[in-house]
Amino acid sequence: MTTENLALSKAITRALHDEMTENPKVLALGEDIGKLGGVFRVTDGLQKEFGARRVMDTPLGEAGIIGTSVGMALRGYRPVPEIQFDGFVFPAFNQITTQLARLRGRTNGQYEIPVTIRLPYGGSVGAIEHHSESPEAYFAHTPGLRVVTPSSAHDAYWMLRASIQHPDPVIFMEPKRRYWLKGEVDFSDTDFNPFCAATLREGSDLTLVSYGPMVPTALAAAEAAREDGHDVEVIDLRSISPLDIETICASVAKTGRLVVAQEAYNFVSVASEISAAVTERCFYSLEAPVLRVGAFHTPYPVPRSEEEYVPGIDRILEAIDRSFAY
Amino acid sequence: MPAELTPEQSSGKIYPGVLPLLRIMDEEGAILEDGTFSPYVQDVGEAELKEAYRQMKVTRRFDDEATALQRQGQMSLWAPSRGQEAAQVGSAMGLLPQDYVVPSYREHALAFARGVEFTDLVKFFRGSETSPWDIKKHNFHPYTVVLAAQVPHAVGYAMALNFDRELEETTGEKQMGQGQFSASEENAQPAAVAVYFGDGSSTEGEIHESMVFAASYNAPVLFFVQNNQWAISVPFKTQSRVPLSTRAAGYGIEGLRVDGNDVLAVAAATRYAMKKIRSGEGPVLIEAETYRLGAHTTADDPTKYRTGEEENEYAQRDPLIRLEKYLRHNKLADESFFEGVDQEAQQVASEVRRVALVAEPAEYETNFDFAYAKPHTQTENDRRFYREYNAGFEEE
Ligand SMILES: Cc1ncc(C[n+]2csc(CCOP(=O)(O)OP(=O)(O)O)c2C)c(N)n1
Ligand SMILES: [Mg+2]
Repeated sequence: MTTENLALSKAITRALHDEMTENPKVLALGEDIGKLGGVFRVTDGLQKEFGARRVMDTPLGEAGIIGTSVGMALRGYRPVPEIQFDGFVFPAFNQITTQLARLRGRTNGQYEIPVTIRLPYGGSVGAIEHHSESPEAYFAHTPGLRVVTPSSAHDAYWMLRASIQHPDPVIFMEPKRRYWLKGEVDFSDTDFNPFCAATLREGSDLTLVSYGPMVPTALAAAEAAREDGHDVEVIDLRSISPLDIETICASVAKTGRLVVAQEAYNFVSVASEISAAVTERCFYSLEAPVLRVGAFHTPYPVPRSEEEYVPGIDRILEAIDRSFAY
Repeated sequence: MPAELTPEQSSGKIYPGVLPLLRIMDEEGAILEDGTFSPYVQDVGEAELKEAYRQMKVTRRFDDEATALQRQGQMSLWAPSRGQEAAQVGSAMGLLPQDYVVPSYREHALAFARGVEFTDLVKFFRGSETSPWDIKKHNFHPYTVVLAAQVPHAVGYAMALNFDRELEETTGEKQMGQGQFSASEENAQPAAVAVYFGDGSSTEGEIHESMVFAASYNAPVLFFVQNNQWAISVPFKTQSRVPLSTRAAGYGIEGLRVDGNDVLAVAAATRYAMKKIRSGEGPVLIEAETYRLGAHTTADDPTKYRTGEEENEYAQRDPLIRLEKYLRHNKLADESFFEGVDQEAQQVASEVRRVALVAEPAEYETNFDFAYAKPHTQTENDRRFYREYNAGFEEE
């Protein structure tokens, strides 16, 4: 059987399992990932199968986790460190941006640093402060890093495998509120390319671009827009860096309208970059300005008011209406 | 202002655990016996000491040349190693070619001892290359400018050496890393890692995390801190109330405090530490007490923060003078030896000057090649723009 119905989190577990089985140089490390199987149980069972050397419960220090991962990579290993939550990646920010991202360049290609950082991210899980952040733009901004984020179990499985196999460092961002989203994983899809966007729904009137946890919301908004007579095309970026701007522009050339929906703050964001890039490349195809739907420029609020903050279907529909109003 | 320690405090009576300072050769070049450490340098004879002197002296001359080149506008910056040569050369005497050495940015004597050519090294500060030497051949990591950021890398590398050993046992296959120089059959001692940082850097959080990780995983790594008393303008007492070697105990690892201007003491301490590390007993921290005789860099002005008296006092304790005294008093080296070394140093300096004046960066486009291992859309788009932009000028 080549397909199986899995929750997104279990697809990640399976990808880690399969990479570790195929390559003895693949290692997993992080806080509570061994015995406990991670706070989201994504690494559940792996330490039992591969041992405590390959699935390490590390001391509590994010700079140490990423810094030692870099060192292991120098020595030919493929570490897959986990950062427990989005809001706790910043103690490792220096290691990620000044070291991990730049060592290949700094050594004129004498070294490859194939580290894949697993980073559960995003909100709408009712969590206390610092457990609901969307820090992708910080990393996408940094040359030398690749940043990818799946929205389905199938993509999660193949994107993680491709990330671990890739010679460049990858920030693998896991949409934690979609961990329990089930989907078919096709294990025969070996040519999967994680760095190109996927058109999840074809449409002729407006292009709606999204990624990660916001993708199911975007699909639902497209469905709702159909009732208003709008035929919306939905694109899942999958990769934030590199950004598959060709696929977006090809769609905009067809529809003439673009809305980008994300959970992150709009200001200086992935949506901002897409707006600029599309304006530069297909200005004459546009019937309306590119519109962004994202978080407000305030810190993530308390969980009891996060519904006001994280864009839902209605905020996307409002932007779609605004686009058609031009 | 941080408090001055009273003699009582620094004696270890108030802060227990302050370690005695290891010395083997005193300032007059006389030998002091140490029951534990002297045996580690018992075999260091005339040839080794002359070689140590040669490395220190050639580095000193190169250092002066580099400072002059910077003044003449040929370099972006220069960070002199003047005064720290014994700490660096002495530690190199305890390392093997298969050991992976991770420097900070002032380890010029160490680089030379590892076989790096100064004609290459100078390109880093000239601003024409970031890794101007063959890293894997010398097992000498590139300089790191973000203080302490290299230290967890060294720990991770050392952890990986332990993984290698386990893989070698289970698979029978020799682990080659990314092609770093590995031990020959004759000298098959297990490889380890040595990482260098300064007294100022010791305050960075990454040092703390590195020590914890190294201790928890029993990583074969030597932490070598050159306490040169200054972090640019900030004196050591602002970083710590106690010698840094005292901190080792807090991590459950052995600490050693050594006179960093005594090449024999540093060599002995490093050999002792590496023996322990290689035999699987985990990390060791060596603090070499030395002094930065020069400015922090050519952009610095030490007259603003330290006295001439202090500088003069330390100049008397110059590690080169000490070793020269020893070699002369014991008639291990005659005038022709010193003249020969000076001549070589002069040659190296001229060669550096010749190379520095013409060292240019690689073709700009290599920047696009090295940012990623495989093509990245945005980088490739910029490369295309760069080419077209330049082609536009050619047409005109
Ligand atoms: C993270 C970081 N902070 C600040 C600096 C600027 N800086 C460069 S060297 C230096 C002092 C370092 O002192 P120390 O660690 O004692 O090394 P030394 O220069 O004495 O060899 C400072 C503050 C830096 N390079 N990196
Ligand atoms: Mg210092």
